[in-house]
Amino acid sequence: MTPLLSLSGLTKAYPGVIANDDVSLQIAAGEVHALLGENGAGKSTLVKMIYGLVKPDQGEMQMHGAPFAPAEPRAARAAGVGMVFQHFSLFDALTVAENIALGMENAPKLRDLSEQIRQVSDTYGLPLAPNRVVGDLSAGERQRVEIIRCLLQDPKLLIMDEPTSVLTPQEVQILFETLRKLSADGTAILYISHKLEEIRALCDTATILRLGRVVGTCVPRDTTARDMAEMMVGKVLATPTRAGVEPGEIVLALNKLSLPSPSAFGMPLREISLELRRGEILGIGGVAGNGQDELLAALSGETPAPVGMVQFQGADIATLGPNARRKQGLLAAPEERLGHAAAPDMSLTENAMLTGAVRERLDRGGFLNWPAARGFAERIISAFDVRTPGPANAARSLSGGNLQKFVIGREVLQRPEVLVVNQPTWGVDASAAAAIRQALLDLATGGAAVIVISQDLDELMEIADRFAALNEGRLSAPQPTKGLSVEQIGLMMGGAHGMEVAHV
Amino acid sequence: MDLGAINPILLIAALMSAATPILLAATGELVVERSGVLNLGVEGMMIVGAICGFAIAVETGSPMIGFVAAAVGGAALSLLFALLTQVALANQVASGLALTLFGLGLSALLGQSYVGVKPPRMGDVDFGLLADIPVLGPILFSHDPVLYIGVLLVAAVWATLKLTRLGLILRAVGENHDAAHALGYKVVRIRTLAIMFGGALAGMGGAYISLIRVPQWTEGMTAGVGWIALALVVFASWKPWRVLLGAYLFGGITQLQLNLQGAGVAIPVEYLAMSPYIITIVVLVILSADRSAAPGSLGRTFHASN
Repeated sequence: MTPLLSLSGLTKAYPGVIANDDVSLQIAAGEVHALLGENGAGKSTLVKMIYGLVKPDQGEMQMHGAPFAPAEPRAARAAGVGMVFQHFSLFDALTVAENIALGMENAPKLRDLSEQIRQVSDTYGLPLAPNRVVGDLSAGERQRVEIIRCLLQDPKLLIMDEPTSVLTPQEVQILFETLRKLSADGTAILYISHKLEEIRALCDTATILRLGRVVGTCVPRDTTARDMAEMMVGKVLATPTRAGVEPGEIVLALNKLSLPSPSAFGMPLREISLELRRGEILGIGGVAGNGQDELLAALSGETPAPVGMVQFQGADIATLGPNARRKQGLLAAPEERLGHAAAPDMSLTENAMLTGAVRERLDRGGFLNWPAARGFAERIISAFDVRTPGPANAARSLSGGNLQKFVIGREVLQRPEVLVVNQPTWGVDASAAAAIRQALLDLATGGAAVIVISQDLDELMEIADRFAALNEGRLSAPQPTKGLSVEQIGLMMGGAHGMEVAHV
Repeated sequence: MDLGAINPILLIAALMSAATPILLAATGELVVERSGVLNLGVEGMMIVGAICGFAIAVETGSPMIGFVAAAVGGAALSLLFALLTQVALANQVASGLALTLFGLGLSALLGQSYVGVKPPRMGDVDFGLLADIPVLGPILFSHDPVLYIGVLLVAAVWATLKLTRLGLILRAVGENHDAAHALGYKVVRIRTLAIMFGGALAGMGGAYISLIRVPQWTEGMTAGVGWIALALVVFASWKPWRVLLGAYLFGGITQLQLNLQGAGVAIPVEYLAMSPYIITIVVLVILSADRSAAPGSLGRTFHASN
């Protein structure tokens, strides 16, 4: 039987990198095919070629046995290829129906389209109101917009790029039900992810990419997650370990911290109370946009809080700014690497100076101590294995994972009493993620307290001692992570949100 | 002082005429900004349109051909801006400011031999009996064709943005150019066309000043109207009908203060002269309470990174 899509010998080179080198794979109708690989392994380039966004230098693609070379996404869509993007390609100010119309070749009148949207969303259990403005939707709902946009064009092949990274466990279940239904109807699915357990639960076959080459294929059901991870990375992975430490005295306490929303699309914080002890790691989960950024800003001092709501080592620091808090030992690393945690066009030395000046004495009387700053940046680079030619390089020139190691390393090396990190391993490959987690664990072992805000539940389960979830700006009561089940976590995250209609 | 000398009917009729240059330029700029481009060169495109329209009208003897030439001139200058910002990826703010300075200089050069010349007069549209209706006749049915074109353009832009697929794509490009590109829309092409549309309307607005409002050519005669048009687009929250409202408000107060000056009101002339700017901005600031209306990609450089 001819496969639905077959790729043979696809090669694509960019200046300085070969993104795809002689990649071949085949997808049958109705098959759920996983594409696995670390960041920079060439997964995105490969699917962009299938979707007509990038032209291969060499090699050919066939669909139903006939040559297939889409010159642009339009042609790929016409041939039956649909794609759900990792960073949603949605327009915040437009409605659901308008967004969907933009992704269609011959969009019907908006009223008819709304009717079709309702039908598809009922058939596949994806509740969605066509006339809502996308800016007001949750991440899960936004993804439904993208999926429905693809489904309305009756695709033969659906490409999903990291679809679950922003979903609650319950939303993931709904998505998987939908995908299984589609696959039963004969739609092939190319599923990109680095969440191995999901791939084992969903996919029929997996192709593993490393540095642009196919390094193996496997049947995920019969392969352990660890084996797949090691194929991806090409070496044996070290599991983060820690010595058990008894929690010490309370170092940071929030007392009914409430703050109004900083912007129209932000989230107010509502009566958040917690006590953090020395030597412990508190994991804070929750779907993006439920107050994570706001909580980090309140802890780091970017947003001052009313008197009495933030206590650090017994003193009230609620009204202090970031540098005053840093001086006392409360450090933070925000989520957005480029632009928030680091200034993209400044060198690593300058970036090291930006947060390190206070604790590392990198300035004196308003004058900058360049040699000391360079030394500090070099220490970060060597201690955290940051791959860069040197500290004079701009932050922007580093890959995401390397910059993340730098940003985390910069705070860890300042010997914090309390470190708050948001999404410490987001978009970071497996080995760098393991290194960052190990650094956080070592920090806690050394007697500091760490708050890890993350959407990666596996990560939180792996390193946190206690777990709490943010939902609509409220923090659930922290629970010990040992023995916590996925269902409990889902309930803590308020996973019931938006699920009422979703009886599949 | 003689307030009785102010005729309200003539005042309203005149305000529509006074508002038309701003209305044309602002409507064009609204389309440009909705596509995500901030073109600060409105003033430059207006003055180039003013001289192109003036020169061609004088040479051909036809004001209508003059307006066409003004649109072409404005669009040609805006194409330079499109080249800089969409192809060479130059900074939009700096390019727009440069465009204004360039337009002012270029128009002065082109206009050297036209100082003191009288352009052909554009006749009013003949509505027949309608023009004889008391009050409404002089207000609504005794104007030149370009004024009506301006109002029709506002309606057309509104309908296109709101009801058509073309408008949806334009808004999408302005809202999130990366997403629009990912869906396969030609961001640079759409923006270039929008920029040229904006240039054409700015040029017509300029020609309206040199051919109808003040039928003569003087250097720098647009006198900041382009900047008011720019401000109007922002304060009108990028909505066509509010642009119309703002332009008429500005035109009305300009006209009223001229009449008040003529009537010899005991307010210093300087205060009267600044009143249109202040009142228009205050009213539109109050109107633009919903602040989230700005196109998401406004002023950001688009580069398809693969």
